[in-house]
Amino acid sequence: MKTKLFCLIGASAFVLAACATDPQPTSSRTVTPTSTAPQPRPVTSVRSQVTPPLYVAKPGSVEEFSTSAGDRIYFAYNSYTLSAEARATLSKQAAWLNSYPRTRALLAGNCDERGTREYNLALGARRASAVKEYLVNLGVDPSRMTTISYGKERPIDPRSMGEAWSINRNTHTAIVSGASS
Amino acid sequence: MKLRLFFSLVTMWVMIGFAVPAKAELEIDITRGHLEPTPLAIPAFTGSSAPEREIGELIANVIRADLERSGLFKVLDQASYIEQQTNIDIQPRFADWRVIRADALLAGRVVIENENRVRVDMRLWDVFAETHLFGQQMGTTPENWRRIAHKIADSIYQKLTGESGYFDTRVVFIAESGPKINRTKRLAIMDQDGANPTFLTPGSYTVLTPRFSPTTQQITYLSYATQVPSVFLFNIETGRQEVLGDFPGMTFAPRFSPDGKKVIMSLVRAGNSDIWLMDLRTRRRVQLTDSPAIDTSPSFSPDGSKIVFNSDRGGSSQLYIMNVDGSGTHRITFGDGRYSAPVWSPRGDLIAFTKQNKGQFHIGVMRPDGDGERVLTTAYLDEGPTWSPNGRVLMFTRETRPGAGPKIWSIDLTGANLRRVPTPEDSSDPAWSPLIE
Repeated sequence: MKTKLFCLIGASAFVLAACATDPQPTSSRTVTPTSTAPQPRPVTSVRSQVTPPLYVAKPGSVEEFSTSAGDRIYFAYNSYTLSAEARATLSKQAAWLNSYPRTRALLAGNCDERGTREYNLALGARRASAVKEYLVNLGVDPSRMTTISYGKERPIDPRSMGEAWSINRNTHTAIVSGASS
Repeated sequence: MKLRLFFSLVTMWVMIGFAVPAKAELEIDITRGHLEPTPLAIPAFTGSSAPEREIGELIANVIRADLERSGLFKVLDQASYIEQQTNIDIQPRFADWRVIRADALLAGRVVIENENRVRVDMRLWDVFAETHLFGQQMGTTPENWRRIAHKIADSIYQKLTGESGYFDTRVVFIAESGPKINRTKRLAIMDQDGANPTFLTPGSYTVLTPRFSPTTQQITYLSYATQVPSVFLFNIETGRQEVLGDFPGMTFAPRFSPDGKKVIMSLVRAGNSDIWLMDLRTRRRVQLTDSPAIDTSPSFSPDGSKIVFNSDRGGSSQLYIMNVDGSGTHRITFGDGRYSAPVWSPRGDLIAFTKQNKGQFHIGVMRPDGDGERVLTTAYLDEGPTWSPNGRVLMFTRETRPGAGPKIWSIDLTGANLRRVPTPEDSSDPAWSPLIE
């Protein structure tokens, strides 16, 4: 582990020589650096050298939608009420959708695993519909949006714990056509 | 009610059997839980050739497993058998079977009549009464020997308990594979004991909540094969799949009516789920509920007159019953927690359900008037009960602990005999078939 961390820091700092000469086979479980080996630099020194993002999302692209608006809003347990945070995200989604009127969206309602299957299919339908209604109120043409419920079938966090459940209770807005690529 | 009369006859025989053989026939009361299993002797079925004896051993094994799995019978170790019968038509030496404490002896014979037909003869003997309880003769193709075994197990179950069996049945379910965030879910079918698992859909689209027709070789289920997820029909004999109806939205939670001629389901319109009934022949559809709440998981009473479903119209998910025309709706659950996924027993006397309370999931049963609630199971996730055709056993989906993956389990109505049903991989949403004709 130590070796890997060492290599990573080395690479980030553009000090590749130390890794290239590392004689340890990959099967070795622990590596004790010899007294003559260079010591890894402190992590803080790496930060300033991290490279900036490689590109800026193209206007009208799916990437831009996800990064500028956010493609997912979250719900409380067994609820389909839009929180203030969700409404803020949806306002940005609506603004983007109104800027690119040729795009079409699929709104998918999702639930956590703490409900029965059919009840969750119904709850997911409500969550998708709540988002659609809100976007329509913000001027998005309803014919550009379709809704679907996946119930508890499409978790994005596989863990079985509160944090994962709150992430898995969501409506995902997917731009399915009309976006620039 | 007849069953109550047989109360503890088995026990009585153990006490007095040696001195005075009882005259009454062997009977088992299955309405009580934790009954001492009735000891049976089931030697391998005889045959006059090696292939016959081979099938005979296989058939005996399946019968033993069926009866043991019911929890009502214990099959005695074959090494303890004293008499080695060669002709099942001759009365056994009952003393030899009494001494190993067998209550009944099953004797069978396999005859390969030709390459396309095997015949099985069997006799069940009451060891203590020294009587012939019944005999049967059945024929089939050689590769179909498992069904003969299940039918014999059903006959024994019926003879000794007074109720029809459930061994010659199948289960449709969802076979699950792959990571949780990208799960493959396929429609699958197997025998009730887990044998012969077969996929019915390819796995390129998600399939959920299959249910058997009570009268035909058809399954109804939810499929994501179409753009709008919809209730489908699957014909097991032809493999043909079709969308059921042309609804203006997502349909889900389907179940057949008891006569197999209609399907009841939920339809989503503007995000709201209501219950609809569709006639399979005329394709006419009728809306049964019209509330702004979630109305789903409808299930018919076996006489076809009523429908139980869950709704959150009262604030949380609870069970309601309405008449088949949508009238007379009334709530039946008032206990702690949330109730969902109700299924009416084929006997009509009970409704099984899923209950969520204090972070746990349970399978329970109650009478249709809402009284007599009994919680049978508890786990991280227990859901979606399905009844055996005789209304004595429930299968359901269980995730024993967080992240364990779903498996199919079964439990007796009494709350005893909790078992995992063997499946090759993660599995969910079991639905029991009626007895095969």
